[in-house]
Amino acid sequence: MRSKKEVLIKLFISTLYLSAFTFGGGYVIVTLMKKKFVDQYHWIEENEMLDLVAIAQSSPGAIAVNGAIVVGYKLAGMVGAVTAIIATIIPPFLIISLISVFYNAFRNSFLISQLLEGMQAGVGAVIASVVYEMAAGVVCGKNPVSILIMAGAFAATCFFGVNVVYVVLACGLIGVVRTIIERKGEKK
Amino acid sequence: MIYLQLLLSFLQIGLFSFGGGYAAMPLIQEQIVDIHGWLDMEQFTDLITISQMTPGPIAINSATFVGIRIAGISGALVASAGCILPSCVIVVLLAKLYLKYENMDVLQSVLNSLRPAVVAMIASAGISILVTAFWGNSAVIDLTKTNWSLVVIFLVSLVFLQKLKWNPVLVMVLAGVMKLAVAVIQGQG
Repeated sequence: MRSKKEVLIKLFISTLYLSAFTFGGGYVIVTLMKKKFVDQYHWIEENEMLDLVAIAQSSPGAIAVNGAIVVGYKLAGMVGAVTAIIATIIPPFLIISLISVFYNAFRNSFLISQLLEGMQAGVGAVIASVVYEMAAGVVCGKNPVSILIMAGAFAATCFFGVNVVYVVLACGLIGVVRTIIERKGEKK
Repeated sequence: MIYLQLLLSFLQIGLFSFGGGYAAMPLIQEQIVDIHGWLDMEQFTDLITISQMTPGPIAINSATFVGIRIAGISGALVASAGCILPSCVIVVLLAKLYLKYENMDVLQSVLNSLRPAVVAMIASAGISILVTAFWGNSAVIDLTKTNWSLVVIFLVSLVFLQKLKWNPVLVMVLAGVMKLAVAVIQGQG
């Protein structure tokens, strides 16, 4: 049997490494975690990993952080979860701290401010493209409730300035009601 | 006091953002731009841009960035802790429940209803970012004051992303370089 200390050290180093070199968001890091902990270390079984990923994705918050918590918890309980969280947080914390210290000097330089301004349009395009693909996915699903929710939520946040927290709560509630209705339908 | 405000704001961001990636963006905008005014829209857009180019989740990057600017390193720690706390509690609870019952029907249904709303909210946040890029921080859309070079750069970036399937970070850097080139040419003219 491997000792708990060894597991924690390996867990810390591999989550730190994954967090420092993963660009492109939570889904990427979750895939890399699977490669590391399932394929390389054989600490978690493939099916179980899929379930853990599902939990990470269904919970609120950043998927990378959730993935680290659920894998750490599975491997070494609460100590494992805390170890994995700390390792996941350290790289972005250090990098952004450095950037924020230099941000003002950065922004005042003509070269950088022009670059950043152009990149604002670029990030706008990235978001537009992401939204287009996600919205197309919803529309192709041909579920009228989903399409209605999307249109309603867009109008509420974009035109009426409704607090997004209320939108999330309302849609969660709709989800609960939908399950209840479906279950009643099944019984009849 | 400021620590408490940071903690509560980022608790809400951690608690109500479902779906990862850009899903936290509308909540972050609401808390740090609309409600508390810790960043203006232009700084917020810079933050999103920087987040795209560095590793780490947008929510954690924002917590660190805003925390440090408002209340130093301890502010950054408080904000990050606030952001992670809901995840810790909920993920561990779900993991326990899941191992016990292996049934997540209600949860799946809630998520199915949230997903289209998340798309819509990301769209709204994206629109505010574009409005800021094209018309500046004044929030008044005045067609005569449109920054046309940025509109063109936006459209060119869209083509690179959608038609040519380029890597988003590469497209963003290219957008920056295009704007710099325009500024240099205009400066000489």
